[in-house]
Amino acid sequence: MSELLRIEDLHVSFKTDDGAVRAVDGVSLTLNAGETVAIVGESGSGKTVTSLSVMGLHKKGSAQISGSISLNDGGTFKNVVSLNDDEIRDIRGRAVAMIFQDPMSSLHPYYKIGNQLAEAYLVHNPGKKKEAMARAIEMLDLVGIPEPAKRAVEFPHQFSGGMRQRVMIAMALMNSPQILIADEPTTALDVTVQAQILALLSKLKKEFNMGILLITHDLGVVAQVADRVNVMYAGRIVEEGAVDDLFYSPLAPYTLGLLKSVPRVTSKNERLKAIPGQPPSLINLPVGCPFAPRCEYKQHSPEAGCNTTKPALIGTSPTHRSRCHIPESLRHDLFAKELKELQS
Amino acid sequence: MLKFIGRRAIFAALTILIVSAVVFGIFSLLPFDPAALTCGQRCTDQIVEANRVRLGFDKPIYEQYWLFLSGIFLGRTYGSGSSAFSCPAPSFGYSFNENACVTNMLTEALPITISLAIGALLLWLTVGIGLGIVAAKFKNRWPDTSSSVFVLLATSLPTFVTGLALLIWVTIKWKIVPLSLSGYVSIFDNPFGFFQYFILPWITLAIAYAAIYTRFTRAALLETLGEDYIRTARAKGVGERVVFFKHTLRAVLAPLITLAGLDFAGLIGGAIITETIFNLPGLGRLTLRSVYEFDLSVVLATTILAAVVVIVMNLIVDMLYAVLDPRVRIT
Repeated sequence: MSELLRIEDLHVSFKTDDGAVRAVDGVSLTLNAGETVAIVGESGSGKTVTSLSVMGLHKKGSAQISGSISLNDGGTFKNVVSLNDDEIRDIRGRAVAMIFQDPMSSLHPYYKIGNQLAEAYLVHNPGKKKEAMARAIEMLDLVGIPEPAKRAVEFPHQFSGGMRQRVMIAMALMNSPQILIADEPTTALDVTVQAQILALLSKLKKEFNMGILLITHDLGVVAQVADRVNVMYAGRIVEEGAVDDLFYSPLAPYTLGLLKSVPRVTSKNERLKAIPGQPPSLINLPVGCPFAPRCEYKQHSPEAGCNTTKPALIGTSPTHRSRCHIPESLRHDLFAKELKELQS
Repeated sequence: MLKFIGRRAIFAALTILIVSAVVFGIFSLLPFDPAALTCGQRCTDQIVEANRVRLGFDKPIYEQYWLFLSGIFLGRTYGSGSSAFSCPAPSFGYSFNENACVTNMLTEALPITISLAIGALLLWLTVGIGLGIVAAKFKNRWPDTSSSVFVLLATSLPTFVTGLALLIWVTIKWKIVPLSLSGYVSIFDNPFGFFQYFILPWITLAIAYAAIYTRFTRAALLETLGEDYIRTARAKGVGERVVFFKHTLRAVLAPLITLAGLDFAGLIGGAIITETIFNLPGLGRLTLRSVYEFDLSVVLATTILAAVVVIVMNLIVDMLYAVLDPRVRIT
């Protein structure tokens, strides 16, 4: 498998009047061709900020970015963090494309669908208007829009939400990018439409041999399409591993909390098991483990490390790592009972 | 689209009819005897009564309204025999103060007010939108700050201050623009004289409006720049210049057109201060003089005219909006 994207020790912070917001705090991950890597976390955990960094879409003045984002552009690796504006723009939409959460507002209301798609092609292939339009109609057809030639001259408001997300996907594919970033692609859609869009993404991933970086807070979506998962909390990855590892033997208390908080049809008359408390402020992070104030396993930590030092991302298996002060073997035992309950 | 225009035109005609009826009704309720107002210094009861009959004030109010309406389409003849005089269609009544048909007074005043309004509109759109673009593009930098100084000054200075200041300095002290004594000349007869005649009134009006348009354009552009579809354009790899001048500016155009159309309509009847300062015999000044002199037939006509302009401009704006915004396009 060829590597498409390697993020190493990415830090992103934003200056505000109250102090620097450390939205992403040392994130590392990789994405290979033909696989879907998910980033999971609640609002404000830094998953969208991470994905926008890959696109170079942060404003120069307001965001401070360090670390490296190596992106495979047709065989040569380019570090997005150090590229200038023109070089980043050359990559955007061509080597890496992105689809967004809300298809209702992501398309320009005043331009025809076909022209908006064609523009994505024309930006990187100037002057080729005919090819751009033909490609637009071809892509609309590919994402399952009936009568693509007729729909291409319509405006966004004439499409339903699901159809608009298909249009967004078609737009992303205009230049056959190797990397597709999908930022909550199904959050704004009906459940039935969600399944269709996810199936479409999986199909296209195979056809284009793309790597998909999937940003979501929905564990159901992760289970359906992801190969590997990164769980983020307070700007850091707290657990990474294959999708099965994560669902059947989670190692971070936060991941277990997320799994427990998914509502189940079988558990009637039971309260939802939400994780207590609030995520910490990203301006004043606690010195210890950022999850410690909400962690129900804190007392099992052998020393008082939870409140004084941040745990490292380690694991007995190199493909399944997590951040926690409690020894991994002890966590296995502690979590096993709860997991049994969940899976029954 | 044609169906839409037809339907809107019918509604516009109905609205104008209702407005004219209401205005007519209000004027008939005023505690004046309209016939007495037509009479000069050496007034006798006989003259008043004769004028009452001649102008139709002896008839019931609904008949007077009908005569007024039919006069617009058929023209109107006042009195009978040798003392009869008539105003051809479209007749909006007869002014005793000026001894003239109101229609003639309107057609003399209208070109002046329209020239004033169009010139000012073009000027303030150029300056206002231009400054708004600069302010948004250089947000929080010196071009933005200086444009907000202009906005603050221009919105707080009333037109009678800016107008008088321009007149005193530019015309009287510095003598850059000479005082035009010849009066209004058409742009087709003497373009240079036309510009000389209107340039200061244009600037006076444009300063006030340009400030509003600067603020509006800046705010609308900055709001649009935060929209999701602008992020989509950037994600496609579109350059910043195209993002700004194509994607963003395009979205701001429709609300700007609406604002401009309505402001333009407002000026047709309402540029009273500017017309008075620069001694322009336009509609605003005509209205003002008629109010002072209780020249009711002229006040009635200008009020209805102003309403008609507002209604027609609304119709035009709606149609332009449908052209500019596909979401309100009518099938």
